Amino acid sequence: MNFDFSDDQKLLRDQARKFLHDKCDRKSVRTVLDDNNQLFDKELWSQISEMGWTGTAIPEEYGGLGLGMLELCVIAEELGRSLAPTPFSSSIYLFAEFIKSYGTEEQKKKYLPLIASGEKVGTFALSETNGTPKPTNIKTDFLSGKINGYKSPVCDGEAADFIIVAANSDKRAVHNSLSLYLVETTTDGVTRKSLETIDPTRPACSIKFNNVTAELIGEEGMAWEMIENIFNRAAVLYSFEQVGGAQVSLDEAKKYSMERFAFGRQIGSFQALKHKMADMYVKIELARSNAYYGAWALSTNSNELPVAAAGARVSASDAFNYAAKENIQIHGGVGFTWEYDCHLFYRRSKILSLNIGSTRQWKENLISNLEKRNIV
Amino acid sequence: MDFNDSQQEAEFRKEARKFLEANAEKRSIIADKPSDKGSQIAVAGAPETVKGGLEAAQAALENAKVWQKKKADAGFAAILWPKEFGGYGGSPIQQVVYSQEEHDFLVPSGYFEIGIGMLGPTMMVWGKDEDKKRYLPKMITGEEIWCQLFSEPSAGSDLAGIKMKAEKDGDEWVLNGQKVWTSGAHFADFGMIVARSDQSALKHKGLTYFYLDMKTPGIEVRPIKQISGTSNFNEVFFNDVRIPDSQRLGEEGEGWKVALTTLMNERLAVGDPPGLDFDQIFEATKELEVEDGLAIKNSEVRQKMADWYVQSRGLQYTKYRSITALSKGQTPGPELSISKLVTASKMQDVSAYALELMDSSGMVHHDQNPVLKNLFQNGYFFSAAMRIAGGTDEVLRNIIAERVLGLPQDERTDKKVPFNELPSGKN
Repeated sequence: MNFDFSDDQKLLRDQARKFLHDKCDRKSVRTVLDDNNQLFDKELWSQISEMGWTGTAIPEEYGGLGLGMLELCVIAEELGRSLAPTPFSSSIYLFAEFIKSYGTEEQKKKYLPLIASGEKVGTFALSETNGTPKPTNIKTDFLSGKINGYKSPVCDGEAADFIIVAANSDKRAVHNSLSLYLVETTTDGVTRKSLETIDPTRPACSIKFNNVTAELIGEEGMAWEMIENIFNRAAVLYSFEQVGGAQVSLDEAKKYSMERFAFGRQIGSFQALKHKMADMYVKIELARSNAYYGAWALSTNSNELPVAAAGARVSASDAFNYAAKENIQIHGGVGFTWEYDCHLFYRRSKILSLNIGSTRQWKENLISNLEKRNIV
Repeated sequence: MDFNDSQQEAEFRKEARKFLEANAEKRSIIADKPSDKGSQIAVAGAPETVKGGLEAAQAALENAKVWQKKKADAGFAAILWPKEFGGYGGSPIQQVVYSQEEHDFLVPSGYFEIGIGMLGPTMMVWGKDEDKKRYLPKMITGEEIWCQLFSEPSAGSDLAGIKMKAEKDGDEWVLNGQKVWTSGAHFADFGMIVARSDQSALKHKGLTYFYLDMKTPGIEVRPIKQISGTSNFNEVFFNDVRIPDSQRLGEEGEGWKVALTTLMNERLAVGDPPGLDFDQIFEATKELEVEDGLAIKNSEVRQKMADWYVQSRGLQYTKYRSITALSKGQTPGPELSISKLVTASKMQDVSAYALELMDSSGMVHHDQNPVLKNLFQNGYFFSAAMRIAGGTDEVLRNIIAERVLGLPQDERTDKKVPFNELPSGKN
């Protein structure tokens, strides 16, 4: 059995950790948090692009490094640990994966090198209303070559140069009209409006499409299958980010509990707090193991992916949400100040567990995929 | 990443499989939904003392001994033990591979594990050469069964609070007191015991460790009836039990050190004990009807099922991570320390929820209960014990916090005071 990352992958992890420790400290995270005009840390973005992280799992012929999804998982965990304020997930886990999996040769040649180099940013626009997106509540249309409609929230939408938009083709009368289209944001008719998010280091916007020229990605009418597949792939990567964030939340809770004294002793010596941190550890180890299984399924294109991805996602959301909220609790009063960093993780944990579908939605995915697997 | 055996592991697995197929009956997934085995799941798994009567218990014991002899002859009974004591001289990964294979077969369990897993290794470290020669080979073959006499009414989580008196009388020791939670005392031939030889020494300093014959006059074994109605453990009373000083392991007053050797050798928990888990309740939800149809179609049920699935598989994959380390010849990290903590509570939650789904028929606890027989009713009781046996949830959280996370120990009031001056309450 070899259920672990390779030595090379661990080396990559160490390098990434060291790099982010130096270049993505809390000060740079807070710069994006405090400045409404900064969508992301541009300097950090150009540095990680230069190192090739953005092209990790993009084939060499399209300007990437041509490494595998396991390497991307390793990087995702480190980005999660450092709270890196960049559009990495939108551009790499979503946009690049859509193009890699469903783009024509021409589209791959055109878009992937720009994404791999970090020169351009991509994202994906699905949701239109409050609640769970589904084929029946997507109203955006693609008629006579033009998109009309409204999407909100679109993660990293303002930073994006390219957006994949879920819209109904003119075959609406027939079943399965939902399709994917690529829009360049410089095109006429795209109007973006900033939205304040619960984690301003991961911004979002609303987008109005008014007769916007767009091109089809993948097969017409097949959007939902494509979205499910790419969300499954992305869920594994998100789960590594979440495990990374959860681990640092625990580390910081532990550190504080050993520095802070009350009633004449370290607060970390009280069982009430120790047991809380033990529970964090338990959830994180379960999440890490589920994420590893997701990574295995992702890297081997296993037909276990839908179950493995949902399992990783549910477990990681649980771990990070718990670790982030209890980290505040262990810090006591200072935990809910702007000055201390606890809220950075609290914000990030919730936004990560909502992007690409809520935990409740992923639990539903998990069980329905288990039912399907059982029938097979 | 892959889940494949190395070539050596594959060969060993084949060898184990061949032995098992020739000598044991395959476990049927359906028939063995442990309706009547639910009480012997996992850690606390000593065979019952009462249910089925003495004759049945005796027959089960004989059957277990026959199986153990075969297993020992084939070399699989003590894979980690050195060859000179009849072991296989194997590696931890081989132990894991064998356990995985044995899990697919219906074989007796709960008789020999404590001896081979914990007490034998203690004798290897602390025993005299003639003791090792005399006792260890028979421990492997199952000819002699051993039990561990550690816990007492006032020494459970706080094990060093032992009160069992050991008084020296010439070349002999006289034992007086009571042990409790002793698995297998009713069929064990020998036992290992920790007793207090010096009341005025510090708590951890006044203990001495012995082995003894369970037929020594003055020992009385009484089964404890548990909330499940079954009896898997005993109380053992010592009334002027005389044993020779030659049966002492380690120096006088060094008993705690010897006991730690025993406790360090707790079985590698990387096997897959049969248990009540996600798979069983998933099956049940496909049969049970709730207000709006089959339980599995109910959204609240599905949300809960997802939580148990990720716990269950998360633990399984955590084991894979530990096995990977063993396979590479490394020591696994501390990640498996979460296993029993998660398993026991999950079993309790799953059981209680399954009874809810059965609605009023959940109250019925007999063999005719249509859903997987009594699986969940048994689990409801057994899980309450499982959260305590082998380290309570609270002790396990302390262990994770202190040994894994490195958090400071709780302040102790019992470390610097002679044992007989410590406050001890009623017991």
